[in-house]
Amino acid sequence: MNYNWDWGVLFREPYGGWLISGFGWTIAVSLVAWTLAFTLGSVIGIMRTTDSRLLRGIGTCYVEVFRNIPLLVQMFLWYFVFPELLPDDAGMWVKREMPLPAFTTAAVCLGLYTASRVAEQVRAGIDAIGQGQRNAGLAMGLTPAQVYRYVLLPVSYRIIVPPLTSEFLTIFKNSSVALTIGVLETTAQARQIEEYTFQGFEAFTAATLIYILVTSIVMLLMRLIEGKVRIPGMISLGAR
Amino acid sequence: MLSRISLITMGAVLLVAGTATSYADGSPVLDRIKERGSINMGHRESSVPFSYIGDDGKPQGYSIDLCMKVIDAVKAEIGMPDLKINLVPVTSQTRIALMANGTIDLECGSTTHNLTRRKQVDYLPTTFITGTKIASKKGSGITEIEDLEGKTVALSLGTTNEKAIKRVAAQNGININTIMVKDHPQGWLALETGRADAYASDDVLLYGLISKSKNPDEFQVTGRFLSYDPYGIMVPKDDSTYRLIGDTTLADLMRSGEAEQIYNKWFNPGPTNINMPISDTLKMAFEIEALPH
Repeated sequence: MNYNWDWGVLFREPYGGWLISGFGWTIAVSLVAWTLAFTLGSVIGIMRTTDSRLLRGIGTCYVEVFRNIPLLVQMFLWYFVFPELLPDDAGMWVKREMPLPAFTTAAVCLGLYTASRVAEQVRAGIDAIGQGQRNAGLAMGLTPAQVYRYVLLPVSYRIIVPPLTSEFLTIFKNSSVALTIGVLETTAQARQIEEYTFQGFEAFTAATLIYILVTSIVMLLMRLIEGKVRIPGMISLGAR
Repeated sequence: MLSRISLITMGAVLLVAGTATSYADGSPVLDRIKERGSINMGHRESSVPFSYIGDDGKPQGYSIDLCMKVIDAVKAEIGMPDLKINLVPVTSQTRIALMANGTIDLECGSTTHNLTRRKQVDYLPTTFITGTKIASKKGSGITEIEDLEGKTVALSLGTTNEKAIKRVAAQNGININTIMVKDHPQGWLALETGRADAYASDDVLLYGLISKSKNPDEFQVTGRFLSYDPYGIMVPKDDSTYRLIGDTTLADLMRSGEAEQIYNKWFNPGPTNINMPISDTLKMAFEIEALPH
């Protein structure tokens, strides 16, 4: 290989600063998207386990639509097609006046997409508990809402901590798709550094390390949470 | 055990083959082409009309035609008339890395020859000259970069155009909002849908985008050149023996006028109706680069 290595490029201005700013955007997009995904995903997931056919139907439609369209395509649709479907003024607002149009679009799009995946896990967690506890709760005179609040959800969320960890990690990696609509996150900045200096191998190595760092921290954090909320004798420990 | 023996044998065979065909003045690229029995040609997929996939699914264009002439000369040099040509698609993000790591032996696209890139790769003589200009909607009142004050311009990530606009804006204290796009079609979409007031790119590519848009009459390409972008065929670094073959071929083509004929085939008016007669600057460049034997 005939390549001129220069690791110093990562520490020279402005390139070092670009990586740091890219890191910041990666975190910002991911956390905003995750907040949305977790909230909406929980609601949709719960809807899919209720007795109401309407709610179940809405939940199923949501999951199937958002889970089955590639993220890259969704990003494109939200950014370029969605504003065109709105009335002219509203479309123009989305395109121009909305604060940080690319960032907002990316965070919302990634959040809605991940919500469909979180919803499936929430549903799986609730289903895993089985019909018995639900019936027992109802028989004791709890309302359906109370059954969810005091019986089903506390257990199901504990069960799904490991798959949720995967989703949380994935959202950081998926946030790189935001570069296709011009959010200058870590991967985009690595590309920029490559284009400005042609030291692409160094830039992408740095980006790789940043992603590993972020995902390691997330993994540690989630393991901590898992340990903290563990209830001895619960289903999630049965497999250990 | 078997694998180790076969590895050693293979190594020995390669070594013998290598020494047997080595060039006296040392050309690692020619050596590897000869060893492989094939040459790896990098090409673009939508750089119209330089290097793009034609209706028959094969790459074609101005740069491809010139490259084929260079490859013919390589075949003659190493005495392998039936040398195989491997087509390797590249993008603006992968082309330098694939050249630096030895995957491709020459790149035939629309690559600006600049000195920073020369730290990683080498170039044959300039075969096209363009520069950054601004495309906007007619009646938008935009002609020069100064008119973009307070307006939004779309820029393609990682292009020389992005650098040029930011540099000129900073120098002249012009306050421009930028939005980054992934590639030319998205940049054009941003302009068409009103997300951006202008899209800045190489003028030749802008004319190509306009000619393919729904309403070509609505758009205009205006302003002075904001950067100087000479295109060249990219070759691996540190192999002057190999590069000389390319330099000689192109000099011959430019001297004989064949280079201009190939230019006219693709640009005047060209299969995509781009209609760009050869500029005086490029004509002059051809004359200067047509070095004597």
